[in-house]
Amino acid sequence: MTVASWEITTNYYLILGALLFTIGAVGLLTRRNVLVMFMCVELMLNAVNLTFVAFADALNDIRGQVIVFFVLSVAAAEVAVGLGIIVAIFRRRRGATADDLDLLKDSTS
Amino acid sequence: MTQFIFVVFGALTLAGAFGVILARNPVHSALSLVVTLVSVAVLFLQQDAHLLAAVQVVVYAGAIVVLFLFVIMLLGVDHPDTLRDPLRGQRVAAIVLGVVLLAEVLFLAGHHWATGAKAAAPQSIRGGDPGLGNNVERVARSLFTDFLWPFEITAALLVLAVIGAVILARRSRQAGDTVAEDAS
Repeated sequence: MTVASWEITTNYYLILGALLFTIGAVGLLTRRNVLVMFMCVELMLNAVNLTFVAFADALNDIRGQVIVFFVLSVAAAEVAVGLGIIVAIFRRRRGATADDLDLLKDSTS
Repeated sequence: MTQFIFVVFGALTLAGAFGVILARNPVHSALSLVVTLVSVAVLFLQQDAHLLAAVQVVVYAGAIVVLFLFVIMLLGVDHPDTLRDPLRGQRVAAIVLGVVLLAEVLFLAGHHWATGAKAAAPQSIRGGDPGLGNNVERVARSLFTDFLWPFEITAALLVLAVIGAVILARRSRQAGDTVAEDAS
């Protein structure tokens, strides 16, 4: 290959993680559908996981991978509870978007 | 070959992420999320995280996305998102803030991070004593010795999450009935 001298370093993975995190954050701020917002949170979690694994690889330390294991299990618990909350919301108000969930907001505005 | 895999699957990761936030239909977002998750799993493999790559595919692409699709189908919210913008300028502000965030994170990522500090030999990913075994055995050793207490807490967290999900799903049915009666 002609690009054999071009090495993939840790920084490439960090930049990819940064891009993925930013896409997730922008999606979380712009989308109205609570389910898609939730998926954007998963994107951001994946960006952080990618960064953890990149650092684990760079420092040759298995503990970086163990932390990702915990992030994965917390993400699974978060999805279970979060989707339960979303189902509860949708049962009360069909077709609700994030903008409709403003019951605590001052109604005069 | 390493470069080829990084470029292809890095591009697929970003393409899937853009698909998640740009698709009007939530089902398409969920399917794009699968592309991103599997591509990240391949990037994990590239960095000697074999167990995590498998867990990523099984737990994320297998369980979590199926759960998302299940809820989308159950609630019937697979109609396209509205482009209505109740908070004026929110999308523009979000994109500007996103660019600022990207600049900040890239500024951090661009630093020289390798301090030369190395983990102790029992915690290394590669090399070291051959008796340390493969990636799965190394993760398992760390998980069940150094991280045993957090691991036990994770078990409690998962049980609490299951109980919480069941309670949320049950109580909402009764509450939903009263709301429907009040509205009628």
